[in-house]
Amino acid sequence: MSISRRDFLKIAGLSGLGIGFSATDLLWKRGRADAVEYMPSPKGLTAKRWAMVVDLRKFRTEEDYKRVIDACHRIHNVPDFGNPKDEVKWIWTETFEHAFPYQRNEYLPEGIQEKKALLFCNHCDNPPCVRVCPTKATFKRRDGIVAQDYHRCIGCRFCMAACPFGSRSFNWRDPRPFIKEMNPEFPTRTKGVVEKCNFCVERLAKGLKPACVVASNGGMIFGDLADPDSEVREILKTHYTLRRKAELGTRPSVFYIIGGEEDA
Amino acid sequence: MYDAGKILIGLIIFLAFATYPFYSNMGKAVAKPEPKLDTPVIQKMEVKKCVESKEFMRAEHMQLLNQWRDAALRRGERLYKASDGRTIQISFQNQCLKCHSNKKKFCDECHSYAAVKPYCWDCHFAPKEAKR
Repeated sequence: MSISRRDFLKIAGLSGLGIGFSATDLLWKRGRADAVEYMPSPKGLTAKRWAMVVDLRKFRTEEDYKRVIDACHRIHNVPDFGNPKDEVKWIWTETFEHAFPYQRNEYLPEGIQEKKALLFCNHCDNPPCVRVCPTKATFKRRDGIVAQDYHRCIGCRFCMAACPFGSRSFNWRDPRPFIKEMNPEFPTRTKGVVEKCNFCVERLAKGLKPACVVASNGGMIFGDLADPDSEVREILKTHYTLRRKAELGTRPSVFYIIGGEEDA
Repeated sequence: MYDAGKILIGLIIFLAFATYPFYSNMGKAVAKPEPKLDTPVIQKMEVKKCVESKEFMRAEHMQLLNQWRDAALRRGERLYKASDGRTIQISFQNQCLKCHSNKKKFCDECHSYAAVKPYCWDCHFAPKEAKR
């Protein structure tokens, strides 16, 4: 008994389809339990676009800056390598001239030229770091926070080249031995990944404001830029503020009050 | 056949090396991995149940962990509604490892047996380390 070429192809095609269907079924069921759902925590703070106002008038002494920086670096297990070449930083200070290169002129009011600015990730509305990331390790969340998935980071450092604010640091070495005080609630990073400020997403999910805001004694104000009645919008309405390198078009979400009368 | 003696000796030596793993392990059974669940937190639980059923966790915990990661990190959804209706906080370090605080006897038991090296511990604290 022989089989014609035509019949053979028919049977082969049908069995191929059958195998295909059973495989999709397998794939579909893999890693899924029945009727599961994922939900955001009801306690969490939410916004359309998180933003920060830094009132530099409230930062008067070295201690004011240090308190804020330490609060952040301690809870996020940011290592201190003790040398500028390997430095990893989420929040740091810089001279006025370096922070706002185009705003500098030699006739600025006294005290402003020497004033240190408090810098961290600007969580840009149009973030160049997200555009260049080849693995989508860096991404913009729906609430405007530019976050990073360290699981996916391959350490190519394109984002560091793309960020005009120097907000990103690379782990050239294993950071673990250089973390003074471990916070067991938060992971560390590993050698070969880039890291930066995350606007404290893990605290926002618990309904807490970012650690720097809490430690700043009113020097930093956090809120929803898309809500016209929010605290940040009220401040932006009544104060003249600067954004770093706004002319580059990344639309930073961090605003600075530099000088003027203090009314608080 | 030229140099038959040399070739045969060479072949025998080669076979001896190539089959070494087989005959050296012959008759020896490698201990079956037996992950332990006797941590203080688990012992205090009234209903000893993980996020999902034992069978599901055993077969699919890696997929579940990946989904948890993407949900929490990318979509900000930090609560997981399990198939039995319980709502569970999504966190590897602060949820999974609170019960499974015995990395050596739980995670490593099977991972070493299967020779897989997940990179969890490069960043996440293994429970023991967290105590110091």
